[in-house]
Amino acid sequence: MKSQRLKFYQTGTFTVGNRLLSDEMRSVQATVDRNNSLNSGHRACQGCGEALGARYAVDAVMRATNGQAIAVNATGCLEVFSTPFPESSWRLAWLHSLFGNAPAVAAGVSAAMRVRGKKVTVIGQGGDGGTVDIGFGCLSGMFERNDDVLYICYDNEAYMNTGVQRSGSTPPTAITATTQGVGEHPGQEFGGGKNAPRIAMAHGIPYVATASVADLRDLEEKVTTAVGIRGARYIHIHVPCPLGWGSDPALTIQIARAAVQSGLFPLYEARHGRLVKATKIRRKVPVTDYLQPQKRFAHLFGKTPNVAAIDRIQAIADANIEDYGLLDSHEDPPISLQI
Amino acid sequence: MSTNTQLPFAISLELDSSLANKTGSWRTKRPVYVDRIPPCNRACPAGENIQAWLYLAEEARYEEAWQALVEDNPFPAIHGRVCYHPCESGCNRTKLDEPVSIHAVERFLGDQAIKHGWLPKMKPATGKRVIVIGSGPTGLSCAYHCARLGHHVTIYDAGEKPGGMMRYGIPKYRLPREVLDAELDLLVRMGIRFVQSARIDDLAKLMETDRADAVFLACGAGLSKKIDIPNWHARHVIDAVKMLRDIESDSPPMLGRRVAVYGGGNTALDAARSALRLGAEEVVLVYRRDRKRMPAHSSEVIDAEEEGVKMKWLSTIADLQADPGRDTIRIEKMKLNAKGQPEPTGEYEELGADTVILAIGQEAETGFLRNMPGLQFDKDGSLLVDQQMMSGVAGVFAGGDMTPATRTVTNGVGNGKKAARCIDAFLAGGVYEKPYTLGSARGDDGVFDPKVKEIASFDRLNPWYYTDAPKHIQERLAGLRRLDGFAEIVSGLDETDAMHESRRCLSCGNCFECDNCYGVCPDNAVIKLGPGNRFEFNYEYCKGCGLCSVECPCGAIKMVEEKI
Repeated sequence: MKSQRLKFYQTGTFTVGNRLLSDEMRSVQATVDRNNSLNSGHRACQGCGEALGARYAVDAVMRATNGQAIAVNATGCLEVFSTPFPESSWRLAWLHSLFGNAPAVAAGVSAAMRVRGKKVTVIGQGGDGGTVDIGFGCLSGMFERNDDVLYICYDNEAYMNTGVQRSGSTPPTAITATTQGVGEHPGQEFGGGKNAPRIAMAHGIPYVATASVADLRDLEEKVTTAVGIRGARYIHIHVPCPLGWGSDPALTIQIARAAVQSGLFPLYEARHGRLVKATKIRRKVPVTDYLQPQKRFAHLFGKTPNVAAIDRIQAIADANIEDYGLLDSHEDPPISLQI
Repeated sequence: MSTNTQLPFAISLELDSSLANKTGSWRTKRPVYVDRIPPCNRACPAGENIQAWLYLAEEARYEEAWQALVEDNPFPAIHGRVCYHPCESGCNRTKLDEPVSIHAVERFLGDQAIKHGWLPKMKPATGKRVIVIGSGPTGLSCAYHCARLGHHVTIYDAGEKPGGMMRYGIPKYRLPREVLDAELDLLVRMGIRFVQSARIDDLAKLMETDRADAVFLACGAGLSKKIDIPNWHARHVIDAVKMLRDIESDSPPMLGRRVAVYGGGNTALDAARSALRLGAEEVVLVYRRDRKRMPAHSSEVIDAEEEGVKMKWLSTIADLQADPGRDTIRIEKMKLNAKGQPEPTGEYEELGADTVILAIGQEAETGFLRNMPGLQFDKDGSLLVDQQMMSGVAGVFAGGDMTPATRTVTNGVGNGKKAARCIDAFLAGGVYEKPYTLGSARGDDGVFDPKVKEIASFDRLNPWYYTDAPKHIQERLAGLRRLDGFAEIVSGLDETDAMHESRRCLSCGNCFECDNCYGVCPDNAVIKLGPGNRFEFNYEYCKGCGLCSVECPCGAIKMVEEKI
């Protein structure tokens, strides 16, 4: 799949497809014969970013492997809404064991396939709870052994399935069931949490990337690249959760886009622990464009806005922009994202 | 659903796909595909479906694009040159970078049609006969549309050649006559009969001898308004309409060195710019009000200034002889009152002028109709017609400049089209109804009243998806080089540029198959029907989240309340 940015058509390549583009220039999601790996009838909430991100990613895997893929799923929303026994929405071989052991099970499946002489791509997947917190020991082991697994984390920044409790991926000031909007510093503390893709990079594994449901082309390109590499690979996908974030289901992609365009969620690729590429910001927006439509940040925008906290979040975004070089060759002028 | 009753070890329930779970029942709102009216279409006086023909041009389907265009306007090559393109003023792209250069693509399609000799699709002959009086844009448009609808059409016109004001009013530098003749030839090839140099004295008799079932009067407003200025015979005074007509007939008037043009409409500017081309060294336009209140189109004013026409705003000609010893006229300065109307100030100045060209408005010549009982006229001589464009006499319709109207070529074409539809309905014993009205579509249960359509305003679009793409500039002759003669000033686009330009269209309010809805649905509830067939919602699984509606770049998906 080519990922060249076209500037001369109506919508360039920013849309999912485009009737004016040749077939090989279109995304997997634009094709009639996409696998629909996560099929209709799943019980995810309206406008679920994780359901969308999972179909984007796994469909790209299925296209890149010609259907030869097995998924191992951690416990979490993705497992619960897709597979309430005896129904399943998955249209590929799919395995669920425990909350915390998906990377280890995936490593085992991969080894078993190698022993049986089968060329099958094994993916492990889970939410940020199963990946960044509970499954992190298993994940780190999978990384340091360089097991031949592509692990995908769908990051919605809290334990949504059990009622929105904070995770190691919850951003500062976000309100969850366990970081209430009370006290001097409401919501999640500044300085807490961990940066899972950076930790993955620190393992020096062959491939680490971040992606977002707001940039389908970029996401599909990274998944396709990862499938073509042997060894431990990690992709961290930002997926808004209308229920947990208190946002309008219709704005899932707009909010994800604001996270990327503000610099709060940088999109990049790393190989063997070194940053190799960052996706540039197209139209820079202030972090408030991202924060304001979400109820979990509503306390920042009360009668007296918490300017200090907003400034600290902006500083995080600005640091990302500098650290990852997100603004070079920025060509398109700023425009309101209309959230 | 598996029918296997022999379940595997430790499995107590049969396996099933989640397709059994019809999540559509969660929905409180449903997405519905709509076609909204793009602002360009709404602004077009000829009622063109601009978005539709640009869509076809984007795919290089130029003949189909032309066919879609000529459903409404038979003269794209002409309009691409002379229309003041209100469509572009309305274009939503203005808010991103610059409007789509619609007129340039229209001109390209028109020129392609001339080159390839394309013919519009026509309905089978009805056997009905229609007479059109006047071969200006309105008459020609009515004749064309009547012919397309299968009626036999004869045009009677007083001019030596057909075209009306397009030939005898618009100078060649804006509309080359080869282009005009080529598009008029289309009507001849469609079987329309032209009778030129024919002045009609007795309409009733003509209808009888021609066995006409209906007649359409579009004789225009070719008479210049009368005005009385002191010392009328002191200066060489000519009438702008006659001057433009004489230039066309190769007998241009002698003007002298200094020329004053009196008036502020497009005709005044045409006359001023033509005077420069006829060799006048100094051309001054005298107008009572200011630039902002001038009826002429601003692009014409800019062009005229580039060529060297001088403007005297807030001025009126008080006397054609300021001083018996000199070739000057007396100008009175004006000021605007609170209502914006000009008032005399009593301050005078002299302006040298060998010739004064009057361009102070035109009116309809309806004298020949006065002997027809049943027709009614306005004070200024225009013929009164009803909503169906029919006069007081059954079967006698009228339109264009001879009825109260905005007097541009494009308004004329739109007016002629409407007349043809009214005539067609009349011939079938009915009344013409507009296909839709503008308003807010309610769409209960996803069922819309097809007769109410919404405007695709900019706030309905998702501008994120559109890339910046500045428009292609058409090459223009430099101001001084233009004055050598009546050569066309603005050149056309080549195919690459025309395609680029059409692809800048945002397709406001109408699906252009970008696959966004199909891609962004978390529930796979959008069915892709293949090229040209758009998409369909699968309401069995659509949860009504509205993502598709927000992420639709062009605003072609509406969320409506579900009846529960």
